[in-house]
Amino acid sequence: MASVLPYGCFTHAVVRGIPETFGKVDNEETTTDLAKAQRQFGVLTGALRQKVGLQLIEIPADPELPESWRIEDVAVIQGDTALITRPFIQQRRREAEAVRRVMSELNLTVVELGAEEGGSVGATLEGSDVLFTGREFFVGISSHTNHRGAEVLADTFRDFTVSTVPVCEGTRLKNICSMGGPDTIIISNSDGAKKTLRMMEQLTDHHYEVLTVPEGAAANCVYVRGPSKVDYLLHPPTEECPDSVPAFQKLTDYTLLPTACSEASKLGGHLSSFCLLINRKPYF
Amino acid sequence: MTTEVGSETEVKKEPEKAEEQPAEPERSAINQTDEVKVVEAAEQSNESPALATDSAEAKENQEAQPADNATGPEGEEPPASPPASEKKGISRFLPPWLKRQKSQSVVGPKESQVTPKEEGGVVLVNGEGEKAEQAKAEQTSSTTTAEPQVEEEQVNGEAEPEQKEEVNSEEHAENHSTGSAETQPAKEEKASEKSQEKSAAEEEKKETEEGGEKKDQEESLKPEGGRYFIKSPLKLTKKVKMVMCHVIMLDGSQFPCEVEKRAKGQYLFFKVCEALNLLEKDYFGLSYKNADQMCWLDPTKEIKRQICNPSWQLAFNVKFYPPDPSQLTEDITRYLLCLQLRQDIVSGRLPCSFVTHSLLGSYSLQAELGDHDPDEQRLDYISDFQFAPSQTKEMEEKVVELHKTHRGMTPAQADTQFLENAKKLSMYGVDLHHAKDSEGVDIMLGVCANGLLIYKDRLRINRFAWPKILKISYKRSNFYIKIRPGETEQFESTVGFKLPNHRSAKRVWKVCVENHTFFRLMTQEAPTKAKFLTLGSKFRYSGRTQAQTRQASTLIDRPAPYFERTSSKRISRSLDGAPVINMIEAQDSAPTSVGNGREPGLELSSDSSKRSPPPTTQEPLSDLTVDTVSKSSDDKQKSDETTLQAAEVEIEETVVVEKIRVAPKGSVTITTPEVVVTPVAVETEVEKPEEEVIEEVIEEVKEEQKRPVSVSSDSHSESEEEAGEYHPQVTVSTSVEQIKEEPEEEEKEEVDNHEEPEQVSEPEPLPEVEVETMPSPAVVEETPMAEPETALVVDAPAEEERTEDILVTPEEAPNGHAEDQPGLVAVEEEEEEEEPRVNGDASHAETERIPQVICCSEPPVVKTEMVTISDTFAAQKTEIATKEVPIVHTETKTITYEAAQLDGSGDGEPGILMTAQTITSESLCTTTTTHITKTLKGGLSETRIEKRIVITGDSDIDHDQALAQAIKEAKEQHPDMSVTRVVVHKETELAEEGED
Repeated sequence: MASVLPYGCFTHAVVRGIPETFGKVDNEETTTDLAKAQRQFGVLTGALRQKVGLQLIEIPADPELPESWRIEDVAVIQGDTALITRPFIQQRRREAEAVRRVMSELNLTVVELGAEEGGSVGATLEGSDVLFTGREFFVGISSHTNHRGAEVLADTFRDFTVSTVPVCEGTRLKNICSMGGPDTIIISNSDGAKKTLRMMEQLTDHHYEVLTVPEGAAANCVYVRGPSKVDYLLHPPTEECPDSVPAFQKLTDYTLLPTACSEASKLGGHLSSFCLLINRKPYF
Repeated sequence: MTTEVGSETEVKKEPEKAEEQPAEPERSAINQTDEVKVVEAAEQSNESPALATDSAEAKENQEAQPADNATGPEGEEPPASPPASEKKGISRFLPPWLKRQKSQSVVGPKESQVTPKEEGGVVLVNGEGEKAEQAKAEQTSSTTTAEPQVEEEQVNGEAEPEQKEEVNSEEHAENHSTGSAETQPAKEEKASEKSQEKSAAEEEKKETEEGGEKKDQEESLKPEGGRYFIKSPLKLTKKVKMVMCHVIMLDGSQFPCEVEKRAKGQYLFFKVCEALNLLEKDYFGLSYKNADQMCWLDPTKEIKRQICNPSWQLAFNVKFYPPDPSQLTEDITRYLLCLQLRQDIVSGRLPCSFVTHSLLGSYSLQAELGDHDPDEQRLDYISDFQFAPSQTKEMEEKVVELHKTHRGMTPAQADTQFLENAKKLSMYGVDLHHAKDSEGVDIMLGVCANGLLIYKDRLRINRFAWPKILKISYKRSNFYIKIRPGETEQFESTVGFKLPNHRSAKRVWKVCVENHTFFRLMTQEAPTKAKFLTLGSKFRYSGRTQAQTRQASTLIDRPAPYFERTSSKRISRSLDGAPVINMIEAQDSAPTSVGNGREPGLELSSDSSKRSPPPTTQEPLSDLTVDTVSKSSDDKQKSDETTLQAAEVEIEETVVVEKIRVAPKGSVTITTPEVVVTPVAVETEVEKPEEEVIEEVIEEVKEEQKRPVSVSSDSHSESEEEAGEYHPQVTVSTSVEQIKEEPEEEEKEEVDNHEEPEQVSEPEPLPEVEVETMPSPAVVEETPMAEPETALVVDAPAEEERTEDILVTPEEAPNGHAEDQPGLVAVEEEEEEEEPRVNGDASHAETERIPQVICCSEPPVVKTEMVTISDTFAAQKTEIATKEVPIVHTETKTITYEAAQLDGSGDGEPGILMTAQTITSESLCTTTTTHITKTLKGGLSETRIEKRIVITGDSDIDHDQALAQAIKEAKEQHPDMSVTRVVVHKETELAEEGED
């Protein structure tokens, strides 16, 4: 457990560009604006690199993989271990290849969720259903993540308690909650989210501060404690969640970075979908 | 009856500050220690030669002293109360069979008690003299420590076997025994002859000759003789039978230890701790394997009663993993914890990631080898160590790499670092048990410092923190927890788990009780009350709580003991002792239940006990709802078609508490001018052996005495309260058996139905309650009442007499009483103006949340200065004709707590009635009737609110909790008023307590 640091101490961020096929999944035409999405992506990466000060690794977009920008789903990283997940949707599993390579380059211990056959048959797990708080994991059992997948995660990160919680609202756990600080959980105000929160509170041995935001879209933020010990919070801007911004402003001594992700949210994405956060600072 | 004697002696001792302080700490720390002292005292009085014992005491005292300081003063102030608690406690320790035997001889206990008193006086004198001796004798051999126990045991053994007629002989024996070695043998012989367990006695004799051999598979190994042996050859008798125990230490070494066949677990444990030079021993325990299940050796019970395997193989293990090891005082304690954790890690019980394995391994290396030696380039040295269940070369390299970074770290620092990292592991200190949930899904129950964790595979799927758990129970192979309702929920819920077998269910239950007590409570709970209310196994954690042990640790003042760190190479070997359950493997290795000779007995007791509670609920239910638990009893009853209402626990408690706080807490003196204890024993038609009854009584008494000691100042009042306690005779075994027959399937249903039944039952019970309330004092039937009263009044301070009386009475008072009455708890609270706070203090934050185990009564008592207690065991329910199904015995108890000086107390105060109002409300298991009267007295208007709360339920209901809740609510509702009187009337169905 030497690797346990307060949540948020990251040094690297891995992102993947927005492909031209953005929003064209299952031949469904959505109203997403590719250019806008790419702009927003640019703002996000710029903030991570220049404001927060993370080392940014960008994997080029792949038009063959329209959802590859949701890199969060593809891996769960804690300490120096990266678990390559198995997304629910078959086509997405190819997204892992590039990520796996990057993980290796970063000297992370890469763990596969498992072969298609064997012990983990049928296991599915997506990173956006995993909330790591710095002390423990919560895995949302959702349409995309099942119990078997959670088990593999627990087997991978043995130091930590892995609790399963139902995802009552939204499709992913991180649609309704995210970390807003080392001991702070930001959570949506909806009934489903409350239910999930109650379960988390029941399951945990720790105490978390809970920041409740009125809008679901505001529940997903990206918290990073920068190298200079500054707390950064990337959150949706006022245009996207006018009622929640005041809540963020209650976070004292935070540097708030409003970051738009309206296009991604049309596809069920959120801010944290865009990046894998890693700490490569030696802790020994 | 030695135990009782002991208690008395202690009581007398208490007055003496010198003696007492040491003694008290011991009590709190060690259950048996108390007993030991008593015995010692007796010996000393007679003989000065018993230096050895003294020395033993001295040692213990030293250790205990830290605790003493805390407890000591309190205990001294109310001399009367402590003894009672002790008695109860002692009784607990006795193995079931012993208890029964005791019960047979009613007279015996009394006499014995008397004797002790006399001795006690002497002891006091000696005691002071002894002090000096003790100081010198501090470093006596471990054997000495054991000796006292031995004596006790002997005494017990004697008492047990003896019939009433023999009582006198016992006394003599005791007196003599202390003085002369010869007598003791005689005693033993008597005991053996008398003892129903002929086999054991006979064996002893034979065995003596044979020596330490425990050829006999029978558990009956009696080490008593052996102790004397060691101590003084003179005393040695032929009958000394020694048994060789093998304890696997945490470093993998074997610690052979010869103990008397009859030695209790505590004796062996102390020997081991002594060998280790360990002071902070409360975190540790001895474990043994029965039928593939790892069990903790109960220190208060004889080893032979617990270990089934012919070879006494035990293992020394960490029992309670301190959440924050850095708070441990001594390095040696941390070192032992490290060893345990290394074991846990290697065995896979404590899963770690690769990095953590490496890191922890590197600290182990640093601790054991010191700085990395660059010259030692080979990895060989490292492959001798085991860091993980499966260890790779890569890991070893990592370990070495990390080891290099620890340069300069001392072994103690390395251990500390090891622990700092290990404690964060998610499975640190989690004791896993296989189980199935209500739907038959395989899960794991994890008991830990914070509560109960539920795992499915490796995933945590639920968690019940101790504060959330109201009650823990088990029935047959089912284990239940009752959950405090959440903010949004109205009702308590009960969650049931199915364990592989009865024994594993009991084991989980025990572990939960122990962990809860150790980690969550400030002091161990007083067994009496819990028993009274619950009727279940009497098992309680008797050791120190974490809070107590921490406090005690702060007083440790010795140079850090030298100890040698042994290589972790040995770890692999030592695993034998500690069976491991891996979550991964868990499913495969479901423990099989092996039938022990003991099992049946245990089962009975446990079942019976639990049954009793359900019955309460059942009465009403029986028709309406199927309560599995209750059914068992109900079925029989029903079959009989008798009107028996399932035996229930009816508890009416009237507690009058005045909030006068003039007296400091610690010094709460009970001025009970009127302590009326009227124990009325209600007997069911079923014929019970007298012995049993006696047992119970004795036990309770002892427990009562103990409490004060162990419990901090708060509990004083309790002791008095309880003094009146009496447990009606237990049903005969036959009844128990009948109960057994009940189908298990019903149990499940029970859980679900639980709530309903309770509600139903409420209405019925109420009327009864009221009736009972009134009569309680007067109701008492038969002689017993009178006796107890007198005794009480006279001796209020000296509990011994009470005990005696009580003891006697129970037997004498057979009541035609039908046990069936539904368990009711009626709480009447009369609130009068003034401070609401009185009760508030009583309920510690913890108390409120505490599962049933905790005694509710405490809270009110604590703050009360004056306590009037009247216990009536009235066989009020005569009316009920229960003919054959005496399965459950009903116990009725009324306790009244009154504040010392009450303005409002006066019922007699004349006033003008302004208004009167009656409100009735019902909830799940309580019915509250509120009478509000406003009167004008001398120009002042007084509002008097009298609440009658009937709490109905089976054992599953936490009566204490309910009572505490009721009181709390009353306060909250009327913050401007004060509670002046609480009358608690309990009717409890008694079940046999064969169990621990």
